[in-house]
Amino acid sequence: MAEQDWKQQKRPFAAVSTLPLLWTLLFFLLPMGFVWFYSFGRNAGLTEIDIVGTLDNYKRATEWLYLGIFLKSLAVAALVTLICLIVGFPVAMAITFVSEKWRPWLLLGIMLPFWTNLLIRTYALMIVLGQQGYANQGLEALWSGASWLKTLIGLQPLSTWEPAPLLYNNFAVVLGLVYVHLPFMVLPLYSALDRLDKSLIEASLDLGAGHFRTLMKIIVPLAAPGIIAGVMITLIPALGAYLTPDLMGGTDSQMIANVIERQFKRANDWPFGAALSFLLIYAMFILIAMQGLRKKPGGDAR
Amino acid sequence: MTQNSDPIIQIRGVTKNYGKVTAVDNVSLDIRAGEFFVLLGPSGCGKTTLLRMIAGFEVPTEGQIWIDGQDMSRVPPNKRPVNMVFQSYAVFPHMSVADNVAYGMKIAGVDRAEREERVRAALDLVKLGGFDARMPDQMSGGQRQRVALARSLVMRPKVLLLDEPLSALDAKLRAQMQFELSDLQDQVGITFVTVTHDQDEALSMASRVAVINKGEVSQLATPSDLYEYPANRFVADFVGSVNIFEGKLTVDEKDKAVVDCPQIGKIYMDHGVTGPHEGAVWAAIRPEKITLHKPGLGKAVAAAAKDAPEGHNFARGTIKGMSYLGDITLFEIALESGAIMRVSRPNLSRTDQEDFTWDDKVSMHWNSASPVVLLG
Repeated sequence: MAEQDWKQQKRPFAAVSTLPLLWTLLFFLLPMGFVWFYSFGRNAGLTEIDIVGTLDNYKRATEWLYLGIFLKSLAVAALVTLICLIVGFPVAMAITFVSEKWRPWLLLGIMLPFWTNLLIRTYALMIVLGQQGYANQGLEALWSGASWLKTLIGLQPLSTWEPAPLLYNNFAVVLGLVYVHLPFMVLPLYSALDRLDKSLIEASLDLGAGHFRTLMKIIVPLAAPGIIAGVMITLIPALGAYLTPDLMGGTDSQMIANVIERQFKRANDWPFGAALSFLLIYAMFILIAMQGLRKKPGGDAR
Repeated sequence: MTQNSDPIIQIRGVTKNYGKVTAVDNVSLDIRAGEFFVLLGPSGCGKTTLLRMIAGFEVPTEGQIWIDGQDMSRVPPNKRPVNMVFQSYAVFPHMSVADNVAYGMKIAGVDRAEREERVRAALDLVKLGGFDARMPDQMSGGQRQRVALARSLVMRPKVLLLDEPLSALDAKLRAQMQFELSDLQDQVGITFVTVTHDQDEALSMASRVAVINKGEVSQLATPSDLYEYPANRFVADFVGSVNIFEGKLTVDEKDKAVVDCPQIGKIYMDHGVTGPHEGAVWAAIRPEKITLHKPGLGKAVAAAAKDAPEGHNFARGTIKGMSYLGDITLFEIALESGAIMRVSRPNLSRTDQEDFTWDDKVSMHWNSASPVVLLG
């Protein structure tokens, strides 16, 4: 009898997976390994690095100057993730509960920015938020409208309009990161909510629960895997965000990735840059490990 | 059965449209307190929509539903004195059995001691005593259904709604649950309203059955009336198996009627037809109410003549199909007119199924109490 169990078919799978595995080894793990070794090295001339096994780079990386930026990046990423979750959950719910006819269009609306080049999207957002961008123009129109209304009822007009600083500050960075990362949050949430048996919601209502209680006791706990996936998939790239803080941030809103970039380029201090990079990678490992520990085998999801 | 005639549910002229599609079409019916009421019909006939309107998950386009003397038009599902057992059971997968059963009581603000007591009683009732701490994914489909039942019954609803409660169970378990549901309903005295497409389920459990066809009530009757006195061809055909022949009503008196059917001959029955009838009528005979005889018309004619005038209630044909089902054998017999007559015959002894075989010429007869006239 021909063996139909795919698990028994080791050879064809080995054949197709060897090349990609080699590729990963050669072009990802190996270079990363070099960088890891650099992090224990020392600059010896303009292009030479001695791997001397020193921990000096890590010592410097954990100095308050850099640790502060690192913690701030973590805080920004956490805030971005939280905003994405708060905004994304209702959006994912809406996509789940809208009629079949509209669902593909709403999903497309979420995906469309996702398919556009990050640089283009960021510059487009900068045009909106600039001093003369239409966000400010709209605000100005509202401002002058309010001013006109005040004069209409015989009051002093408002002071002259000062464009709101919507760009080149921490606010802009958070806004930009939320904008970029929202699809990462919505898609896993949508996939979790879509799989949820709708009769569970009806059963909860049937047993006397209101809509809010049904949301908190039934929908959110059952969407937990999607929430965790969404949080991880948003938090990790947000933590390493480079382009958005670089383009939209001000002098005080650089994130850890910007600092790392400077070490590799302007400062030409590769060993220190490598140490900073690996600090970030270690932090991500810890995050992923924490997620892995949460679901112990055999434990129930109570 | 604790049954009085006060309707607990009154459905008054209820219509439900989805765009241009009418799922439920001007249905009016009363469900009495304490009865086991079944909505029976093919898939897509609107029976589930009707049940969901009673639960409050769908809003009627027209008409009202009254539960226990109260108009439910503006009452949301979480405020209605009914509970539902869902087709998928909808047991909360992230809660233990006890938490599932206690869910509704927690919302209702029942204190902890009473809650625990009632959870235990409900689980005992559905024979799941000791399963409190189990998680749903550690249980079989049948057990999950019992959890869903307990979770609803523990709320002491005025009406328990069941959506295709047995459809996901295997045949043996289904037969067992049919009895258990009937027993349970007897014990708790709550009105049960069940939706099913399975006529066996409906006949075995119901005190009354409403047969739904294309959104309308085709007939509302007790199971035996439904089977023995179907109101029309749809009910006769949907509930059980039946032979239907078109004909003309040639005699119609108080205690007898004759339908002359070109395909089979004259069918005589011991009851008159009540109600208006113009043009074609149909005679219906159930397969188990026909007796087969070996070749030669003599016996069939003689047997038919016992309670019918000569020349009525017999036919002749050739066996074209047979299926042996163990307890009975089903025959498909081609009549001389070419029409097919379905006959079932109990295998009363171990060798009975050897009496007839393919291509045998046979004759058959039926008693005058067997056929019914259908006007629609």
